Amino acid sequence: MTKETLNIAARFVVLILVQVLIFNHINFMGYINPYIYIIFIILFPANNNRTLFVFLAFLLGFCVDIFSDSGGVHAAACVTIAYIRPIFLKFTFGTVYDYQSIKFNQIDFGSKLTYFSALIFIHHLIMYALEIFNISKILLILQKTLFSGIFTIILCMLITILFSQKRK
Amino acid sequence: MQQIINFVLRNKTFLVFLLLFGLSLFFTIQSHSYHKSKYIHSSNLVTGGVYQVANGIGQYFNLTNENKALLEENRMLKSIVYNLDLDTVNIQIDSIKLDSAYKFRTAQVFKNSYSHSTNYLTINKGKRDSIKIDYGVITSKGIVGIVENTSQNFSSVLSILNTRSRINAQLKKTNHIGSLVWNTESAEFAQLIDISKFAPLAIGDTIVTGGQSTIFPKGVLIGTVNSYKIDSGGDNYVVNVKLFNDMTNIGHVYVVENLQATEIKSLQKPKDD
Repeated sequence: MTKETLNIAARFVVLILVQVLIFNHINFMGYINPYIYIIFIILFPANNNRTLFVFLAFLLGFCVDIFSDSGGVHAAACVTIAYIRPIFLKFTFGTVYDYQSIKFNQIDFGSKLTYFSALIFIHHLIMYALEIFNISKILLILQKTLFSGIFTIILCMLITILFSQKRK
Repeated sequence: MQQIINFVLRNKTFLVFLLLFGLSLFFTIQSHSYHKSKYIHSSNLVTGGVYQVANGIGQYFNLTNENKALLEENRMLKSIVYNLDLDTVNIQIDSIKLDSAYKFRTAQVFKNSYSHSTNYLTINKGKRDSIKIDYGVITSKGIVGIVENTSQNFSSVLSILNTRSRINAQLKKTNHIGSLVWNTESAEFAQLIDISKFAPLAIGDTIVTGGQSTIFPKGVLIGTVNSYKIDSGGDNYVVNVKLFNDMTNIGHVYVVENLQATEIKSLQKPKDD
């Protein structure tokens, strides 16, 4: 248990630092930035205390917000996806989730992609909607969500494949 | 009573979610109003420190370009000084006699963003170097932004690439004034609005700061006219301004203090009676 807690704490800090120091400055094609720090929320152990999880997600988003001077947009998006995550777990993994025994490095590629994409797009949509905060620019919001979302999904899949602990 | 407690316990995740979501909305709305983003900004001790370490590593890769920029600026200043035809031998520099209106301090940019709709920079000077809110920030090429928050060692700067930024600007050749805003579309262009349709505009005209605010001196370079059209009201031009500064690559900046700001402001303040 302690080892797992330490692992989660280390992941929290490392993901924030990597996000604010590297991935916030990519600006591919001028404005496309991946937000890979939400891997923390996506891969958080499913059988844990939900209240604590929502709170940790808030803390994560809040830290990224302070670093990137963006008010509370990341925090709002993170809290939301943390709260609605069980719905998507049930939707993608079905019966496996009911036994609360998902191992994220053992699931197959298709359902992993569905699960990742759903959470990432919801996160990006909320984040950009709050950041731009202007309903007349809905097209800009959707455009940014789509392009950044695709970038984030690709990077998240690559990172989880690279750092998975499955040894052959 | 028992039922209320049970209700809270049963729905505690939802209540925590609502509370935290409300809190983040509050912070978001705070950050959208000028001078109210007091709580969350990257000029605090922890984030400033992290950016300082990262910048310490990163700045070495940029030294060649920094040197070129400094050399270019030196060349420009030298050509002004030697062409002034001053009696350089007999100049007496006396700090008491110098009645300068503006004071310049140098600073280094630790963090710069230009891909959001509200962009900020973080610089490595703060309260300890007497940087205060509402000081202007410029480079040798043009304006960068306005200091919005300060901590002991760092300051955050509202970039001109920010939907909340509004800077007094004018045409260099005439005195027609307008406001410089940003429509979030490109980091290369800003927009000059509210400029009278009687202004003699031409593509390539230089736009400079207006000197009507107490933040920037008059005549700091901004950019050139790229295109212009009449706005929807029909009375004013909307000018697309190509910025002189490459806002995506800013290393060293100057912070401008207007020493007469309080005097001007107290004069302009409407009387209460």
